[in-house]
Amino acid sequence: MEQAIQQLINGISLGSIYALIALGYTMVYGIINLINFAHGDIYMVGAYIGFALTTFFNLGFFPSLLISMALTSLIGVVIEKVAYKPLRKSTRITALITAISVSLFLQYTMMYFTGPQTRTFPMVLENRSLSFLNGSVVMDIKNIYILMITLMLMAALQFIVRKTRMGKAMRATSFDMEAAQLMGINVDKVISFTFAIGSALAGAAGVLVGIYYNTINPLMGSLPGLKAFVAAVLGGIGLIPGAVLGGFSLGMIETIVSANGGSIFKDAVAFLILIVVLLLRPNGLLGKTTKEKV
Amino acid sequence: MNKRLLFITILVLTLSLITGCSQGGADNSSDEIRVGLNYELSGDNATYGQGLVEGIELAFEEINSSGGILGKQIKAIKIDNQSKDTEATNVSTRLATRENVVVLLGPATSGNTKAAIPPAMQNKIPLISGSATADDVTVDANGNVKEYVFKTCFNDSFQGVMMAQFAFYDLNLRNAAILADSSSDYAQGLSKAFQETFKELGGNILAVEAYQARDTDFKAVLTNLKGLNPEFLFVPGYYEEVGLIIRQARELGLNVPILGGDGYESPKLVEIAGKEALNDIYYSSHYSSQDDSENVVKFKESFKAKYNKEPDAFNALGYDMAYLFADALERAGEADTEKLKKALEATEGFEGVTGVLTIDEKHNPVKSVTILKIENGESVFLKKLDPQ
Repeated sequence: MEQAIQQLINGISLGSIYALIALGYTMVYGIINLINFAHGDIYMVGAYIGFALTTFFNLGFFPSLLISMALTSLIGVVIEKVAYKPLRKSTRITALITAISVSLFLQYTMMYFTGPQTRTFPMVLENRSLSFLNGSVVMDIKNIYILMITLMLMAALQFIVRKTRMGKAMRATSFDMEAAQLMGINVDKVISFTFAIGSALAGAAGVLVGIYYNTINPLMGSLPGLKAFVAAVLGGIGLIPGAVLGGFSLGMIETIVSANGGSIFKDAVAFLILIVVLLLRPNGLLGKTTKEKV
Repeated sequence: MNKRLLFITILVLTLSLITGCSQGGADNSSDEIRVGLNYELSGDNATYGQGLVEGIELAFEEINSSGGILGKQIKAIKIDNQSKDTEATNVSTRLATRENVVVLLGPATSGNTKAAIPPAMQNKIPLISGSATADDVTVDANGNVKEYVFKTCFNDSFQGVMMAQFAFYDLNLRNAAILADSSSDYAQGLSKAFQETFKELGGNILAVEAYQARDTDFKAVLTNLKGLNPEFLFVPGYYEEVGLIIRQARELGLNVPILGGDGYESPKLVEIAGKEALNDIYYSSHYSSQDDSENVVKFKESFKAKYNKEPDAFNALGYDMAYLFADALERAGEADTEKLKKALEATEGFEGVTGVLTIDEKHNPVKSVTILKIENGESVFLKKLDPQ
């Protein structure tokens, strides 16, 4: 029983990390239908910025988190302007391939400057954990931080998209880019804004995960990036609550697989889920079947 | 006309090659003993290669100043293989055919050593590696011993055997759970040998779980293992993942001893796992600078005098290899490759700083391993463990 509760906590902890990365993924996809494969690497850049700020400038947790978010959102906007904007009118496969090259560019640029070795984050959050049931169930205080920040960011995003003028513009752009433009919406500005927010979320995730696992390296973004993509598809890509639900589900599934002796297969299971979801319910758990726009 | 010129040029070149070769082979009459050093002095594994060479050069200096071997001075011919296996083969060929060496020392890594072996075998010159720990360096795929290849460091699987004995006899533990890196031959070798030995001794293996390099979250597996109530964990692997495993195990309240191999030896382990988590950790290694036996203290002093720093495991392995070679050549009686090979095969009870060493029939050393214990993030020398 205690073990089951502990595994539930493990699953939620892992899931909240996937959810946090998946939020940014799903947002960019929701607005411009681009699977931004560089998202996982912006997450990596965010982790390195956080590492530099805490190690060389001795900043605390919250200042590092905010500065890292600001810088990654800037990087996200630059990437959009340089790599994706010129391709907005070309086929989706072109944009997808560009996204993959941006991803590789970020990985190996970082490796060139910092070397391939693993670096360790300094302890910026207190090392404390809560225990229940006579210490047989333990939850790290850092898990609670990640969980809270994920839920807060999800609520904030939902608010921006649903309740603000910019959100309205985003939804309009997502629905029909040309019509939105005809209505006087500055589509370029909307897309830049989307990338800024999506990348800031990735930066936040990078710092949090760097602190949580204590280790970062230039290739740390590739696998979690793909897993977050699976999570976003699982929940229904383009839907903000779907990303969070998908993230938690994926975390739980991986934990269950590992707990039953399949720790080597947990990545395979994650991608199997992607295939099954795409076959049976391509719009994800929360997605509604919509008619293709003509 | 041109063709004829080309033919003559080729002929001349071929002749010069043949004469070049005919000058090869150990020249007994010279008054020095030529030793080939094939090491990673630049590139990815340069720290290993340089470490070994520092140890070797210190040993040669000591031997030469006390009169050399068989009254002759040792001359080391040191060539960089750039940490590349193709270059390791080239260097080995050059040393074996052009430099008149009686022995080839190096390279440092198992992969480069394997690449350097064919030229040594063809030219029948003994090759000794002081740090290639892979099991298949001295034997080929069919289990046949490579006649001219020797090793002075223990095999990967040997560490697994020794840690099983250590857990059973010294720590008196009976119920083990294993969490091994499934993506490295090294960890798999340790895991397999540990399981075999521990079961033979009468211990129980409660579970064998696996992870992959670059995994970061081990909590699900560790929670599972915790539920089985093992007396200790055996976690063969490298410090990057092991550091995270130790930290997450302690966070989950899994406070049993954790055992492993020389992959733990890195200052990064403390950074990743954190001091508070690093208690009750035991690992095997080649050497500890805290060992206070007489020859280790002497080695440390002379090393410090020459290089102004504390020697590490690679320095010690290089130093031992050089002395073992000197010892064997002394026993061989003359600088002849065949006699040297026979003497190396007959090595028994050689006392080095990394342990007492006997060469077995597979040209691997049977030697003691050094066991270190980590308490509060500090590695402390615990004991030297002899094979039983």
